[in-house]
Amino acid sequence: MQNELKVVSNATCTFCGCVCDDIELTVEGNHITKAKNACVLGKAWFLNHQAGEGPVARIRGKEATVEEAVEEAARILVDAKFPIIYGLSDTTCEAQRVTVAIADWVGASIDTTTSVCHGPSGMAFQGVGEITCSLGEVRNRADLVIFWGSNPAESHPRHWGRYSTMPKGLFVPNGRKDRTVVLVDVRRTKSAPAADIFLQIKPRKDFEVLWMLRALVKGLTINEADLIDTGVTLEQLQNLVDRMKACKFGVLFFGMGLSMTRGKHLNVEAALALARDLNAFTRFYANPMRGHGNVTGADNVVSWQTGYPFGVNLGRGYPRFNPGEFTTTDTLARKEADAAMIIASDPMGNFSQAAREHLASIPYIALDTKETSTTRAAAVAFTTATYGINVPGTVYRMDDVPIPLRPAFESPYPSDEKILRALEKKVLHLLQAKLQASN
Amino acid sequence: MAITRIKGGKIYDPVNGINGEVRDIWIKDGKIIAPPIEADILPEKVIDATGRIIMPGGVDMHCHIAGPKVNLARKMRPEDKRYAPHVSRTALTRSGTIGSVPSTFATGYLYAGLGYTTAFDAAVPPLSARHAHEELQDTPIIDKGFYLLMGNNHYALEQIAKKDYEKLNSFTAWLLESAKGYAIKLVNPGGVEVWKSGGANISEIDQDIGHFNCTPRQIIQGLSQTAMDIGLPHAVHIHCNNLGIPGNWRTTQATMDALEGRRAHLTHIQFHSYGGEPDDQGKFCSKVQELADFVNSHPEVTVDVGQVLFGETTSMTGDGPLGYYLHKVTGKKWTSADTEMEAGCGIVPMVYKEKSFVNALQWAIGLEWYLLVKDPWQIAMSTDHPNGGSFLAYPEIIQLLMDRTYRQEILKRVHPRVLERSCLKDLDREYTLNEIAIITRAGPARMLGLKNKGHLGIGADGDVTIYNESSNILAMFELPYMVIKYGKVVVEKSEIRLQVPGNTLHVSPSFDPGLVGGIRKWFESYYTIQFENYPVTDEYLSGGGTMIPCNKK
Repeated sequence: MQNELKVVSNATCTFCGCVCDDIELTVEGNHITKAKNACVLGKAWFLNHQAGEGPVARIRGKEATVEEAVEEAARILVDAKFPIIYGLSDTTCEAQRVTVAIADWVGASIDTTTSVCHGPSGMAFQGVGEITCSLGEVRNRADLVIFWGSNPAESHPRHWGRYSTMPKGLFVPNGRKDRTVVLVDVRRTKSAPAADIFLQIKPRKDFEVLWMLRALVKGLTINEADLIDTGVTLEQLQNLVDRMKACKFGVLFFGMGLSMTRGKHLNVEAALALARDLNAFTRFYANPMRGHGNVTGADNVVSWQTGYPFGVNLGRGYPRFNPGEFTTTDTLARKEADAAMIIASDPMGNFSQAAREHLASIPYIALDTKETSTTRAAAVAFTTATYGINVPGTVYRMDDVPIPLRPAFESPYPSDEKILRALEKKVLHLLQAKLQASN
Repeated sequence: MAITRIKGGKIYDPVNGINGEVRDIWIKDGKIIAPPIEADILPEKVIDATGRIIMPGGVDMHCHIAGPKVNLARKMRPEDKRYAPHVSRTALTRSGTIGSVPSTFATGYLYAGLGYTTAFDAAVPPLSARHAHEELQDTPIIDKGFYLLMGNNHYALEQIAKKDYEKLNSFTAWLLESAKGYAIKLVNPGGVEVWKSGGANISEIDQDIGHFNCTPRQIIQGLSQTAMDIGLPHAVHIHCNNLGIPGNWRTTQATMDALEGRRAHLTHIQFHSYGGEPDDQGKFCSKVQELADFVNSHPEVTVDVGQVLFGETTSMTGDGPLGYYLHKVTGKKWTSADTEMEAGCGIVPMVYKEKSFVNALQWAIGLEWYLLVKDPWQIAMSTDHPNGGSFLAYPEIIQLLMDRTYRQEILKRVHPRVLERSCLKDLDREYTLNEIAIITRAGPARMLGLKNKGHLGIGADGDVTIYNESSNILAMFELPYMVIKYGKVVVEKSEIRLQVPGNTLHVSPSFDPGLVGGIRKWFESYYTIQFENYPVTDEYLSGGGTMIPCNKK
C-alpha cells in the first residue's frame, strides 16, 4: 500500500481539557507526520501515536474473536450481583452514551474519572452553584485572570495562548497587556514566571486563604495573626481583593491543586463562593481546569441520562447518587463489587492498593487503545481505536463546549462505541433469556 | 402497509371543526388517511375508542428539556431528586430521575405518558446546539426541537445598529441552518449583554445597549421582521425585558407596541404582567386586563402563559441578570453560565408558596391570562417548564380552567390579598374540551407553523391521544388511555409499549452565500472554536430529523 499524503484541517486534539480544534494534521498512511498548531503535549499525542499491537480481543489472556469476547463480557456483567463501570474520560460521547445504557440494563454503578479529579468540584457546585462561562468570554473580556492550584504551563500549554492570557479580544484589544495574571500555588511552578503576581501559599492552606479573601471582599476586618501559617501577608491579600473588585471581568481557574488537596470540596466551595460574592461588585467567574480530553463530556452524558454527574448506582432499577458510596475507588476498596468494566482508563496503574487488589480478584472487562496494567489483568480485554485520531464523534471542552472530531486515518481496531453497541445488544439478549427462564 | 383504525371515539379536532363528534380515525404509514371507501380494506390494528375522547397529540411550545442550562440544573440539584418519584428501568425502557428537571429518557416517557407528542426547548445558545441535539437524541418518543438565543448575539446586534437588515436576515438563516434550530428566541433583548459587560441590566426598551449602539426596541423590531422576511414557520419568540419585576407590564406593553403589527409570540406572559413599583412589594398587582386587551385586538400576536404552580421547582433562564436577581431574593444557590458572543444563563432553586402574597398573585395572574384572552387560538398552555412548575402539572391547569368551583376553592386557600389585587374571583369562564384541545395542541401547532401537527385531518401526522371520558378531569388528563405516535401505540394503560426515537424538527432557511465570508471573518476574530467545527451535521438529528419548510415571500 502506498503511503498517500493527506492533510486534515481543523482536527481536534483530545489530549487535555483544552480540546484545541485548530490542529492541522499531515498524515502519511497510518502515521501522523506533522501536527501544526499543537503544543508539546499535543504533538506527542499525535506524532507518537501507534496503532495498538496484538489481538483485538482476549479472554483471560488468550486471543479471541470480538464475538466470543463480547459474549463473555456480557455474561460477566449479567451474572454479576454488583457490577461497576468506570472510566470514560478518554472516549467519545457516543461511546459514553452506550456505556450508561449498559450500566442501566445490568443495574451497575456508573462512575467516571471525575471521581478522582474534579469530583469534589462537582460536589461543591451542588453546594453553592457556579458562576462560569465559555472560554471565549475570557478571551474577549477578562482583564484579571487567576490560576489557583493549576500549572497550565505544563498541564494545559495552549490555555494561555488560545483562551486566557494572551489572545486579543473584543474588550481586551491589546491581549496580554490588558490583563493582570495571578498565580496561586504551593510551589513556584513553571507557570510562575508568566504571572504578574505569584502568591506562594503554604501547602494545605488553600481553604483558609480563600476564606480570608471572602471575608475581605465582604469588608470584614482580618488581622495579620489570622494569616499565620498561610504563607501570605494581609497586604498581599488586600491587594488581590482590590484588584478583584476593580476589574471589569475576573476569572479564577482552579485545578486539582485545589480539588484534590486537604479540604477537597470545601476548598472548591470556597473558590466558587468567592467568585459568586464578587458579582456584587463586578462580573467574576470560576472555572475548573479539567484534565482529560472528554471528562467534561462524561459528566454531561451521565448527568443527562441519570440526573447525576458521577458516582451513580442503578442497582435498584433507577439512579441513585452518593459519592463515597458509589464512587469506584471506594466501592472497590470495600470489596463490594463482584464484576467491573473499565473503559479508557487505567485504575490498576493509579488506584489505591486496596482498590487494585480487589479489582484484580474479580472478573472485569477492559477497553483500551493500548496494553495497560488494567488490560493485562482483565478477564476480557478489547483493543480499540483511538478517539480523535481514528474515531469520529463528539467531545466536550472543559467549559462544556461540544466539539466534533476529525479522525486522521482508520484503525485496524474497532471503536469503543462499536464494541459497546455489540455488548449492549448481547446484554439485552441475555437479560431477555434470563427473564424468560424465570417466568 | 400498516393501517390502524381507531373506532368509535369522540373526536376533538378544532382545526377541522370537529367538536365531540363520534368518528373513526384511520392511520396509514404514520399519517392520517381518509376512511377507505372499499369495504375490503382491513386495518391491521383496530383500537376500540368507544366512550373515549380523542385529541391530536399534545404540543408543548415552550419548555426547557435539553441543552447546557438544563443539564447544569440536573448537576446542581441532587436534592431535587432525593425524595422525588423516579422512573424505573423495564425490559423495554431506561430508568431516570424526575424532580423538577427530569433526565432525558424520563422526559420523553413522561411527555408521552401525558399524551404529548411534540415539545420545543425554548432557549439554546447556538454554540451549544450540538449538546442540545445529543440530549434530544436521548429524549425518546416525542418530536422535538429548539429555539436559538439571538437577542444578545453580537453579530445580530451589530447589524441592527447598522440597520443592515439584509445581513441580519442572512446571518439568522445561516445560524438556524448551522445549529439545526427551529426559531428565533429573544431573551431580555440587550439586557443580557449589558449584564455580561459589567453586571447591570436594561430597564427600558429605549435604553442604549452600551457599546452596541442600539436598543431593545430595535432588536425586537429587527428580528421580528427577520422571522417574517426569511419565512420562518414560527414568529419571533420573545421573552421581554424586566421579567418578574413589579411594574414590568409597561415594558411588556411597550414591547407589544414596538411590534407595529408584525407577527410575534410573547412567552411566559404571566411573568411580564405585573403592576406596582420595582422596590415596593406592597403595590404588586395584576395588569393582565390591560395586556389581554391588546392581545384581543391584535390577532398577529400570540402568547403562552408560564403558569406558576405551588411547590418546589427550578428556575432556569437565558436571562443572566434574572438569575442573579432570584439568587438575591431567595438567598439560594445560583449558577450562571455565559456563552461567548451569544448568550447568558441563570439557574436558581425556587419554591412557590400558597401563603406568599407574591407567589399566590403570580398563580392568579397566570389563570387570569387563560380566562381573559378571548380567542383560545392566541394563547398556549405552558408552565415554562420547569420555571413556573413542571409540565407534569398540565392536567392540574386543565382542571383549574374547566372547573371554576375547584378554582375558587384554591383561591380561598391562598394569600387573601390576592382577592383584591386580581380579578380572578370575578371570572366565571370555564374552558370546554374543544378549547382545551386548542390551547394544548391545535393552537401551539398553528403558532409553530406545524401544518401536520395539532389536528387529525387527512395528511396529518398520526399522533393521537385517547383519553377515558370522565368527570374527574385531573385523572382523565393525567393518565391517557392510549397514546399513538406516527400510527404506533407508544403508551397504553400508562405504560410505555414502544420506544420510538421521535424526530428533531428544524428549519433550513435560504441565505445569500456571498455573506458567509463576512460572518466567518467576524467569527474567527472572536470565537474559540473553528468556524468549520461550528455547524451541526445531520447525524445529530434524532430519528434522522424532519425539516419544516420556510415560506419566503
